[in-house]
Amino acid sequence: MTDTNVIQVENLTKKFGDFVAVNAITFEVKKGEIFGFLGANGAGKTTAMKMLIGISKPTSGNAKVAGFDVFTNSEDIKKNIGYMSQKFALYDDLTVKENITFFGGIYGLSRKKIEEKRQLLVEELGLQNIVNELVGSLPLGWKQKISFSVALLHEPKIVFLDEPTGGVDPITRRQFWEMIYKASNNGTTVFVTTHYMDEAEYCDRVSIMVEGRIEALDTPKKLKEQFKVNSMNDVFLKLARNIE
Amino acid sequence: MNTILYIIQKEFKQIFRNKGMLPIISILPLLQLLILSNAATFEIKNITFSYIDKDQTTLSRALIEKFDASTYFHVITDFPSIKEANAAMAKGEVDVILEIPRYFERDLSNQQDTDLSVTINAIDGAAAGVQNSYINQIVKDFDKKAKILMLPPSDPLNKPKNIESIPSSWFNITLDYKTFMVPGILVLLVSMITLFLSGMNIVREKEIGTLEQMNVTPIKKHQFIIGKLFPFWVIGFVLLTIGLIIAKVVFNTPMIGSLWLIYFYTAIYLLVILGMGLYISNFTDTQQQAMFIAWFFIVIFILMSGLFTPIESMPYWAQILTEFNPIKYFVEIMRMVMLKGSGFVDIIPLLVKTIVYAIIMNGLAVWSYKKTN
Repeated sequence: MTDTNVIQVENLTKKFGDFVAVNAITFEVKKGEIFGFLGANGAGKTTAMKMLIGISKPTSGNAKVAGFDVFTNSEDIKKNIGYMSQKFALYDDLTVKENITFFGGIYGLSRKKIEEKRQLLVEELGLQNIVNELVGSLPLGWKQKISFSVALLHEPKIVFLDEPTGGVDPITRRQFWEMIYKASNNGTTVFVTTHYMDEAEYCDRVSIMVEGRIEALDTPKKLKEQFKVNSMNDVFLKLARNIE
Repeated sequence: MNTILYIIQKEFKQIFRNKGMLPIISILPLLQLLILSNAATFEIKNITFSYIDKDQTTLSRALIEKFDASTYFHVITDFPSIKEANAAMAKGEVDVILEIPRYFERDLSNQQDTDLSVTINAIDGAAAGVQNSYINQIVKDFDKKAKILMLPPSDPLNKPKNIESIPSSWFNITLDYKTFMVPGILVLLVSMITLFLSGMNIVREKEIGTLEQMNVTPIKKHQFIIGKLFPFWVIGFVLLTIGLIIAKVVFNTPMIGSLWLIYFYTAIYLLVILGMGLYISNFTDTQQQAMFIAWFFIVIFILMSGLFTPIESMPYWAQILTEFNPIKYFVEIMRMVMLKGSGFVDIIPLLVKTIVYAIIMNGLAVWSYKKTN
């Protein structure tokens, strides 16, 4: 069933000089799946993700995202994905409304479509009071929710989230994951990195990177069985301890 | 096309929302033009003049009076001997010492040669040269009048004959240095501000992390660069317009040639500067680095632009270097068009060079902006 795989990665490698940041990783992500991409700091998650979203050229291997090759068609990939980075990625000195207009515009949405999307978004997130506020003046939780919605503005096939809930309170995290589920139910594939192991439990499947390699990849349930532990936290600790 | 419009719209909003930016664009250039045009003068004035009068006669006093009457010299004191005068020179209290010998009047009335000794502080060689020529002029003038005074009036044949050259100044009839400086300083402010603003622009997005977000969008390189350039291009025109108005209203700078021609040239010139700014922005990581590099180039460009020192008197290798200086071209064009009234045909050679330069700089800017590393 390869045609339902929206991300297909084979032996993808990235070297910086002698340092192998990502070491021949192989995996695939199915359409509509919530794919958790876990790993300790410096394990190579962000580097791997950057190759998939077309802003970093792989050293070797193969990868297809949304049906396009990361080596030759990175610009086509960009039309079909949304991305929300670790660093906050909306413009602080623009209002919520202006950010929506700008990002809608550069993804080629029509004025009418942008207007529709904006109204929808304002309703769903309850932004009526803050839509004309500068993004810089909003609390982080709001920023992250808006940022995620903006990443979905052009209805991408896949959305990449790089530690989207870092520094966010538990209630907002919960709301954020509700948004992720909703996107997934609408058929959007979600590729998410996180450090929160409780969030890993919410994913359909999880991969764990250790020192540039994928050491484990399965559903959270099966991973727990495989490592004979009760939580994803313990799975993670067990894997991380092995290398020490 | 639409994408570019969205970027331009966003850039303008950000520029005008940045509270530090508006004064930079409006007030600073105004101050710069007003202060520099008045202060950066080549005229040597207020020369501190001292003398040692060993003769103490009517004639020697008449000579000193002549210096005193001149607007260039500011006669402070007489010294009893050369020793004190030299000490004052060493302390920097006087610029010029004139020593009038004994028997000055007697020798002159006997039709004998006499020498005046002039000591000039020549730390600034150019200024010393100018001072020397002022002094010579006064002495020569005095000499001529002294001769007439001393000769018997009954002898018309003996009337001294002189060759005189009468200068006629073209293009700046009143030799007003402001006429010469204002167009050049206007060029400086347009160049500096547009270079700094554009140089810090992309790197700023790098710093706050939004550039990565841009790189993940399907935005095309040229769309991004044009969208980024355009607002600063417009700001360049605004600056030029403000500057020209000040030049006309405050300094009454002549504008003989066509202003349209100046605007036309500026349109292309700004592309050079903006391309350069974006190129700097692309290979630096912080606004600080970008600022330093922009500064480095702007200082060289300004000092080698022919604005403060004539390019013709630079060493040959330096003259070749000035060929890569866009500010030099603009200063030259401004002076040609505004003061001489040069037309389109006259500026073609400079225009062609500027166009080539613009193509190269913007080529580099687009090439060095990489969406994928």
